[in-house]
Amino acid sequence: MSRAAFRAWVIPLALLAAVLLVSLVVGRYPVGPGDVLRIIAAKLGGEAADVPETAATVVWQVRLPRVAAGLLVGAALAGSGAVFQGLFRNPLVSPDILGVSAGASVGAVTGIFLSLPVVAIQGLAFAGGLGAVAIVAAVGTAARGRDPVLVLVLAGVAIGALLGACVSLVKVLADPYDQLPAITFWLLGSLASTTRGDVLSIVPAIVLGLVPMVLLRWRMNLLTLDDEEARALGVETTRLRLVLIAAATLLTAAAVSISGIVGWIGLLVPHVARSLAGPDFARLLPVALMLGGGYLVAVDTLARCLAATEVPLGILTAAIGAPFFLWLLIAARQAWR
Amino acid sequence: MLTAVDLAFGYRGVRVGGGVNLAIAPGEVFCLLGPNGCGKTTLFRTLLGLLPPHAGRVELDGKPVAAFSRAEFARRIAYVPQAGAPTFPFSVADVVLMGRASRIATFAAPGPADHAAARAALATIGIAHLAERRFSEVSGGERQMTLIARALAQEPGLVVMDEPTASLDFGNQARVIAQVRALGARGIAVVLSTHDPGQAFACASRVALMRRGEIVSLGRPTATLKPEALRALYGVDVTVAWLEPAGRRVCIPTLE
Repeated sequence: MSRAAFRAWVIPLALLAAVLLVSLVVGRYPVGPGDVLRIIAAKLGGEAADVPETAATVVWQVRLPRVAAGLLVGAALAGSGAVFQGLFRNPLVSPDILGVSAGASVGAVTGIFLSLPVVAIQGLAFAGGLGAVAIVAAVGTAARGRDPVLVLVLAGVAIGALLGACVSLVKVLADPYDQLPAITFWLLGSLASTTRGDVLSIVPAIVLGLVPMVLLRWRMNLLTLDDEEARALGVETTRLRLVLIAAATLLTAAAVSISGIVGWIGLLVPHVARSLAGPDFARLLPVALMLGGGYLVAVDTLARCLAATEVPLGILTAAIGAPFFLWLLIAARQAWR
Repeated sequence: MLTAVDLAFGYRGVRVGGGVNLAIAPGEVFCLLGPNGCGKTTLFRTLLGLLPPHAGRVELDGKPVAAFSRAEFARRIAYVPQAGAPTFPFSVADVVLMGRASRIATFAAPGPADHAAARAALATIGIAHLAERRFSEVSGGERQMTLIARALAQEPGLVVMDEPTASLDFGNQARVIAQVRALGARGIAVVLSTHDPGQAFACASRVALMRRGEIVSLGRPTATLKPEALRALYGVDVTVAWLEPAGRRVCIPTLE
């Protein structure tokens, strides 16, 4: 196996496996690694495991859905981040900066406010995210002639602020005893109350979003070129761009609809993935997915083990992500050049 | 193969030039000269179907360019843009492989044949040793060679090059012009723009002079690149002379 393939597959896979196992083992009720594996094997095989009933319940009913949610949400955010960075030809954009997360949260918060079912919340989150990225991209096109990166970022900030105001409006209107705490907790980002049903409900959207990314894994590289250059190479850029933006927005919306706002993953993880796997999207995508999933599961494990009360995820990812971003700005230009 | 008939061109709402009639023959090297801002790049973008014509038409083998899909067009005509800085650290081999895009199905990745074509293109241009280097880290001249190799990997009948020698040092300009000649010798037509009339003597079979969006003169280099014509084009006195050791005409500004 070549050194590149080793970096692109073995390292992320090993990290991911270690994180998953640790996450299932640690917690308020300790279960040994051997027992965890036995419980999972037994449940999958449909037999009773030779372990205490409580341990089986904790692992199978409580920790596993949460780990699965972390895996899916982290992978989805990292995957969409990798796509957005490529499409906007800018390693500093992410679903957060482009307003996708803000747009999705307006949709999702509205859904919570209207007490809609999870699928409808996902749908609204998708529509909100797509609307936000469409506006940001339109502003980017209209303000042609200026530094496109700056325009995108500033447009994202402005749209994000506007959407934040919409979220605040919904909060003011929400029932302060029932909906408001749910909305607030959701906006901080958390996997604490994720059920197996929640996890299963986002699987179709995530698969649907990943399919075009996997199919277009090589074409995606061409979309990181100047638009006219890509067209001259024979790529129907407009169509592919739309498909991939929709796919990445779908991933973000699906993630946001069960986890709330978990920032920075879409920015940070693709960077690390690129330094392991290189810029070729066919190689980058699986690494970003694995690292994103592993990273969020790790952070979520910290969130539930760090203190007596649960620390909201968004707080932890921001505490790690924001300094990383600043470090990138200052020191690590060569990390993507 | 590529023809422009009464072509007017420009951006949306802004006409840059017009009255262009051109017919590029297979295997010829066609050089476009003109001062900065006269519309060379806009004309090229229109010829490449990247901008719609304001009036008139651009045809490839008798069919309007707009009737081709981007992939069909790219299999016949390659474009070497002015080399910009890429966002992501692709290797030189990755960049050349991208030239295969029009020959790879939308949902597929490059196969062994594509990798072989990319390697062959690198070898032909003489930069096989750069294959694993980052495109963003090689020199400007090597970057231009990479883009020419990418165009070659596209296996086109015609390559359009927008100022391929701009911002290159003396040696790299010569290397690029040598590659242009080599493309022509291989039967691949080249349309290029340049700021150096001497380069037209070195590589072109025909040359066009462009001024304020119009082609004012077109023909063989020896017939077209006269001192008077160049003076009218650039506003400086020019000496054109046969240089025996080089075996061709050269063109230099006459400084007072």
